[in-house]
Amino acid sequence: MLLFVEQCLNGLQVGLLLFLLAAGLTLVFGIMDLVNLAHGSLYMLGAYFAATFTAFTGSFLAGVALALGATLITGMAVEVIAMRRLYGRDHLDHVLGTFGLILFFNEIVRLVWGPEGRNLPLPAWLSKSIEILPGFPYSMYRLSIIVVSLAVALALYLVVMRTRFGMLVRAGASNREMVGALGVNIRLLYTFLFGVGAALAGLAGMMQAAILTAQIGMGENILILAFVVIIIGGIGSIRGAFIAALFVGFVDTVGRTFLPELLKLTLSPTAASTAAPALSSMLIYLLMAVVLVVRPSGLFPAAGR
Amino acid sequence: MKKLLLATAAALAVGAAPASAQSKSVKIGFVSTFSGPTAVIGNDMRNAFELALDHMGRKMGGLPVEVIYEDDQQKPEVGRQKTEKLIQSDKVDFISGYIWSNVLLASVKPVIEAKTFLVVANAGLSPLAGEMCSPNVFSTSWTNDSNPRAVAEYMNKKGVENVYLIGPNYAAGKENLGGVKAVFKGQLMGEDYTKWPDQLDFSAELSKIRAANPKAVYTFFPGAAGVQFLNQYAQAGLQGKIPLYTTFVIDSLSLPLQKDAALGVIQALQWSADLPNDANKKFVADFMAKHKAEPSFYGAQSYDAADLIASAVAAVKGDLTNPDAVRAALRKADFKSVRGAFKFGPNNYPIQNYYMQEVVKEGGGYRLKTVATAVENFQDVHAIKCAMK
Repeated sequence: MLLFVEQCLNGLQVGLLLFLLAAGLTLVFGIMDLVNLAHGSLYMLGAYFAATFTAFTGSFLAGVALALGATLITGMAVEVIAMRRLYGRDHLDHVLGTFGLILFFNEIVRLVWGPEGRNLPLPAWLSKSIEILPGFPYSMYRLSIIVVSLAVALALYLVVMRTRFGMLVRAGASNREMVGALGVNIRLLYTFLFGVGAALAGLAGMMQAAILTAQIGMGENILILAFVVIIIGGIGSIRGAFIAALFVGFVDTVGRTFLPELLKLTLSPTAASTAAPALSSMLIYLLMAVVLVVRPSGLFPAAGR
Repeated sequence: MKKLLLATAAALAVGAAPASAQSKSVKIGFVSTFSGPTAVIGNDMRNAFELALDHMGRKMGGLPVEVIYEDDQQKPEVGRQKTEKLIQSDKVDFISGYIWSNVLLASVKPVIEAKTFLVVANAGLSPLAGEMCSPNVFSTSWTNDSNPRAVAEYMNKKGVENVYLIGPNYAAGKENLGGVKAVFKGQLMGEDYTKWPDQLDFSAELSKIRAANPKAVYTFFPGAAGVQFLNQYAQAGLQGKIPLYTTFVIDSLSLPLQKDAALGVIQALQWSADLPNDANKKFVADFMAKHKAEPSFYGAQSYDAADLIASAVAAVKGDLTNPDAVRAALRKADFKSVRGAFKFGPNNYPIQNYYMQEVVKEGGGYRLKTVATAVENFQDVHAIKCAMK
């Protein structure tokens, strides 16, 4: 039972991290109608920035704050320099252009930081484990990821639902021509939105970096999961991304834990230990397939699409 | 036209033959990974191989040495291409290198068919020591299951009651964990295989380990995954609570990234930088002077590969025209290995000691310290399947 609770926490943490990545992706995809494969590169840059700034300032929090600003600025620069040229073009052009950006960023990172990857050391107060319940220790850092991500999700919800900027974002998701026609500076809105998406991806990257270390190409693997999340959640919907990300996190984590045990009930132990890892890594995609059959435009499609 | 080409080629071959009979130089092809995230390993191997050549004055048996380095990009198909190029257009006398079992598996057939001498410097592809063994294939490393067997022997000696195994879900992962299972006498508390190579978050598996509460955990995660597994093991509060036994998780290349998370972790290898023999002292001291970093076991095995080839070329006095003589000389392994005593089994794989090493912190730096000998003169279990005598 304790194992189940712990695995639920693990699933929650993985899901929330995915949400941070997917939120930016779904905003950019839904509102700017741009397929951005390079979103994973911004995730990677966030991790490298945090590792560098933390080493430079000697403080984890200062490093993360600086890295957040740096990814925000990088994202806005990428939008102004590269992405602007892609709006209004075919999705295939987006894929080609942003795939080029992935290669570009991977090489830049190799040139600047070298091929071997960077560590993001945690301060002592984060790298220990605490007892949430008596006899139930949990990693302090994973717990803080959950808290920070939930706070960001709440802030995002308030901004999108309660502010003028959020209203424009929602309006843009439904009908961007009309928003432009009403005299809103769409270009500026897009640049800022892209930067926010980049900062969210960067935040996910830097939180992950302390667990995984910053590596070249770390963004590509998780990007696929982020796309799965926004497809399940409905493109352009933050709420959809949130629920789908939690779904995916739970299914992945809990599946990995309990599927081998379940299979052992019906199969021989060797067959179960071979089949279980393969099957549990398929679970997420099965989930996506089921959702697409039942609701082809995702669980919470943005209105007007 | 085709005939003309053939004739020209034949004439060239005839013209070339006397020249190579005099063997003006020794040509060695070295296939390893020199690009991508694992290029650090390939570079370490090249640095060590070059250092060995420097130590012998860049001459083997009086002949100058020419080495052609080729990048396999960690891809089996590229490795095979580069290997074929070395054999067919460069016409090398020896081929060495190979980090990855899957790259070696793809590349080994053309080498065996061309009867070129191969000295594997890392990849532990077990069948090559057993049913696929070949008289011209040699290794200065191990088979994938040998080091884990050594670890399991050591755990038996220490009286470890039970163990939880976790490793990547691919061929080398199963061979590796299978090695522990074959030897370990205690109880098996659990066994997890993770998606390879893209699963890098082990939270679910670590929770299972904590719930099972074993007396020891054994793991095999090469490269970046090893760095991440150790970090997460520490963050989950398991470091220091449940002893962690490993193979190929820690080396001098990954240690600067693993740091405190690697403290107390135990592993088995046939070599370490602190082995007190003269050849090793010279190797480590000169390597550190030249590259400002400790060599890894990958480097040590490459250094030995160069010395092994040199010993054979010297034994035949630079006359590489008689492959039987070269083969016989290689099998003698008449060189000073940096691991100490070294001899080949009937399958041309080393019979060697395996040492237990533990990560310790010394003067702000981290290093692997030899703490015990796990097994002496250990021969891999695949030798009996090798038909070659």
